[in-house]
Amino acid sequence: MSNNIPFLSLAIWLPIAFGVLIMALGNDKNAGMVRGAALLAALISFVVTLPLYFGFDTSTAQLQFVENLPWIEAFGASYGLGVDGLSVWFVILTALITIFVVVAAWEVITEKVAQYMAAFLILSGLMVGVFSATDGLLFYVFFEATLIPMYIIVGVWGGPNRIYAAFKFFLYTLLGSLLTLVALIYLQSQSGTFEIAAWHKLPLGMTEQILIFLAFLMAFAVKVPMWPVHTWLPDAHVEAPTGGSVVLAAIMLKLGAYGFLRFSMPIAPDASHELAGFMITLSLIAVIYIGVVALVQKDMKKLVAYSSIAHMGFVTLGFFMFQDLAVQGAIIQMISHGFVSGAMFLCIGVLYDRVHSREISAYGGVVNTMPKFAAFFLLFAMANAGLPATSGFVGEFMVILGAVKYNFWIGLLAATTLIFGAAYSLWMYKRVVFGEVANDNVKELTDVNTREFLMLGALAVLVMAMGLYPKPFTDVLQVSVDALLQHVAQSKL
Amino acid sequence: MDQMNLSLAIPEIALALFACAFLIADSVTKGRILPILHNIVVLFCIGLGVYCLAQVPTTGTELAFTNMYIADSMALALKGFSALAIAFTLIVGANYAKDHDMFKGELHALVLFTLLGQMVMISANNLLLVYLGVELLSLSLYAAVAMQRDNVRATEASMKYFVLGALASGFLLYGMSMIYGATGSLNHSDIAFAATAAVSGEKSIIFIFGIVFLVAGLAFKLGVVPFHMWVPDVYEGSPSIATLLISGAPKLAAFAMLMRLLVDGLFVMAFDWQNMLMVLAIASLAIGNLTAIAQTSLKRMLAYSTIAQMGFMLLGFLSGVTGQDTGNAAQAYSSAMFYSITYVLTTLGTFGVIMVMSRKGFEVEKISDLKGLNKRAPWLALIMLLLMFSLAGIPPMVGFAAKLLVLKALLATGQVWLAVYAVMFSLVGAFYYIRIVKTMYFEAPSDETEIVMGNDARAVLGVNGLAVIVLGLLPAPLMAYCMTAIQQTLAG
Repeated sequence: MSNNIPFLSLAIWLPIAFGVLIMALGNDKNAGMVRGAALLAALISFVVTLPLYFGFDTSTAQLQFVENLPWIEAFGASYGLGVDGLSVWFVILTALITIFVVVAAWEVITEKVAQYMAAFLILSGLMVGVFSATDGLLFYVFFEATLIPMYIIVGVWGGPNRIYAAFKFFLYTLLGSLLTLVALIYLQSQSGTFEIAAWHKLPLGMTEQILIFLAFLMAFAVKVPMWPVHTWLPDAHVEAPTGGSVVLAAIMLKLGAYGFLRFSMPIAPDASHELAGFMITLSLIAVIYIGVVALVQKDMKKLVAYSSIAHMGFVTLGFFMFQDLAVQGAIIQMISHGFVSGAMFLCIGVLYDRVHSREISAYGGVVNTMPKFAAFFLLFAMANAGLPATSGFVGEFMVILGAVKYNFWIGLLAATTLIFGAAYSLWMYKRVVFGEVANDNVKELTDVNTREFLMLGALAVLVMAMGLYPKPFTDVLQVSVDALLQHVAQSKL
Repeated sequence: MDQMNLSLAIPEIALALFACAFLIADSVTKGRILPILHNIVVLFCIGLGVYCLAQVPTTGTELAFTNMYIADSMALALKGFSALAIAFTLIVGANYAKDHDMFKGELHALVLFTLLGQMVMISANNLLLVYLGVELLSLSLYAAVAMQRDNVRATEASMKYFVLGALASGFLLYGMSMIYGATGSLNHSDIAFAATAAVSGEKSIIFIFGIVFLVAGLAFKLGVVPFHMWVPDVYEGSPSIATLLISGAPKLAAFAMLMRLLVDGLFVMAFDWQNMLMVLAIASLAIGNLTAIAQTSLKRMLAYSTIAQMGFMLLGFLSGVTGQDTGNAAQAYSSAMFYSITYVLTTLGTFGVIMVMSRKGFEVEKISDLKGLNKRAPWLALIMLLLMFSLAGIPPMVGFAAKLLVLKALLATGQVWLAVYAVMFSLVGAFYYIRIVKTMYFEAPSDETEIVMGNDARAVLGVNGLAVIVLGLLPAPLMAYCMTAIQQTLAG
């Protein structure tokens, strides 16, 4: 295969390099050019990730597109990149979502355009780095570095309470990851290397495993976020600009869930089994309690934020039942949630750009003035509720099937998400879109323009395609998930 | 062995002669050619720094002046970085000095003498020579702080600095005299020899007391809790260029002093002084970080941040020896050295930005003076952002690599809880560093005056910002450099 071209390095460093260039050369006077350049950069960065899928060998769980260069030899840390079935889709998803973010900001962001675009491009490269790092230290560097652009994005272009939200986001996530750093250094001192694959084989005692698992849990649980450390997310989502919310929900949350697959479960398998009940309980609380909380939200963005937490609870639930179907379903759910939550936030962005309110009560009867928009919004709301034939259904259904096999009652509790999901998504949809035209603002609404139509249309196609034909996703996952579960089933004691 | 070996001391000799020549040239021309002399001084410092750095690694440890003076890779590296730091200070501070009526021959002369003092400290292999270096540095700094004669606050700061500095010198001298009493020698290698004998026999009380006073004196100079009281007052009161002279390069000399006194001289007593340093480090991390949160004055906040950062550096320094095992020594001391060098790098940039933003009749003092810097000067704001995230220890900045090294040294000696304690206070620290970023990026400017900066200042600040990120991404060469230097020092 085309192993000579370092596609992963390109996928990481191209958007970062473009971002730096745009920041250096762009200003508000040449904003038009900045937008064009950013779109071009995002498209190129996406195109270089495509060979990762087309050249992917689905018959092996080995890392592919491997790159390895010495980095800090004194520590045994290397610049190691590679993807397997667990990560390859997230690399592509990250690059894809960045295009939507750039398009969504087109006419909306008018101040410091260059910095805005640069922040998102750099962030995109860093997140690709997280998904493709095969070295623990490199992973951590990328994982932490994502905080910087996100902090700026929320703080500079956010809503009225943005400073509070930016601080909360930054400090909360930093709190979690600092303990992870200690765990990483500890693993390095035990194994003499930062290579994640070597850590998978490292024998560890039960106490060590539990402490390491908890240290990783701190970082990943905050990032996912799991109940009860989820409170930063609604604030960050509400205050962030549309693009920030999209990236947060679609990709950043996945960094945490991905961490469980790459670190917690294979490095501390015995601790994972030991603490599985605890993790399942937290996940079920997220699914049910947060689902109820979402129901009563008055702010649309907050509602989708809580729905994200509930959906991510589903993901962690799927992981810790150690069932083939459930883990695959959870990963599918992660990808699907990337599209659906991204689309939901873009829809809310479309409304917000026109009315400048996120309150559900500020709307009503939108369908009368924005019929095309209402159709798209309906599709995404349905997908958010997990309706069959949309992408949301596939993952949820697989996780529930796995859960029923694992324990009927857990399966039953998990299945309530279909009810709550439908309730909060569709009730919000009803209040916003249906009914009489509620006020003058809604009366003066104009339907989506070409840019918005293309943006939402593309996402709609993706959501439908993934729901109707999930084979490309499950094929890629199959072997890697099997290998992971076999590894986790072996005790290290 | 008992040779003069004058050639080893070329940097010091050249610097001393140059400083004298500068004084004569400036006074003969009555300051008329100072702008030209300024450039010559800057070039000389850069040349000196490059000269020192180019010689690393040397073939081995060599002694001069009948064993009073030591030349090894660590000394040359630290001297080189000190000289470059001084050159940086002069380049970025030139406009500031002009605006604040400090651009006089005296300033340059004092700056050169502080550098000389630092170099003497770095290469001292004898207690008296250490003291000589400390005093040369300190006296020049007292004068530099007080250079604006009618500035009441600067004069007050200078007085405070002088009184407390003199007290610290007293501690140091008292400790030295006790060590001399216990060992009968002022020379580090003889002290090390006598200390080994003392450890195998009964430890004499006077020896331990001597170490206590030495450590107290060192802690004063480093500015760590509980000997930190002077730091915020002096930082705040001094003109920024003097603050930078205090907070930048001398930290390298202070690190060298730790190495020379505690490691070269008293390595066998490591157990005793490590415990003392641990108390200092733990207290500094807590008090430095927590107090910094409450500050509204930018320079006071940076002062408390320095205290915390020095505490973190000490964590690396105190993890060299566990029980009888000295296997981690090189790793531990090189982590502290890396920390010190990168700390100086970030401090230079931070105060550089502060100086560039100040102008005639206006000094950046409050954190709120940075409001909306991203609107006024995006370039400066970006550099400050990189520096703040570096101080907070967020990757990929160099501050992260430095903290990582120290934590690794701590964990290598099994001090897991100390490492957890340190990262928790890093979190506290992150709060006030990102608050600076908030002020610059999220708030609207309250002052729209244009920020003027020379091209040379712009260039060196750019280099500084770039260095913070490049060294963070590729820290391996500098780490290896520190490691080699420390290994050589330990072997010699």
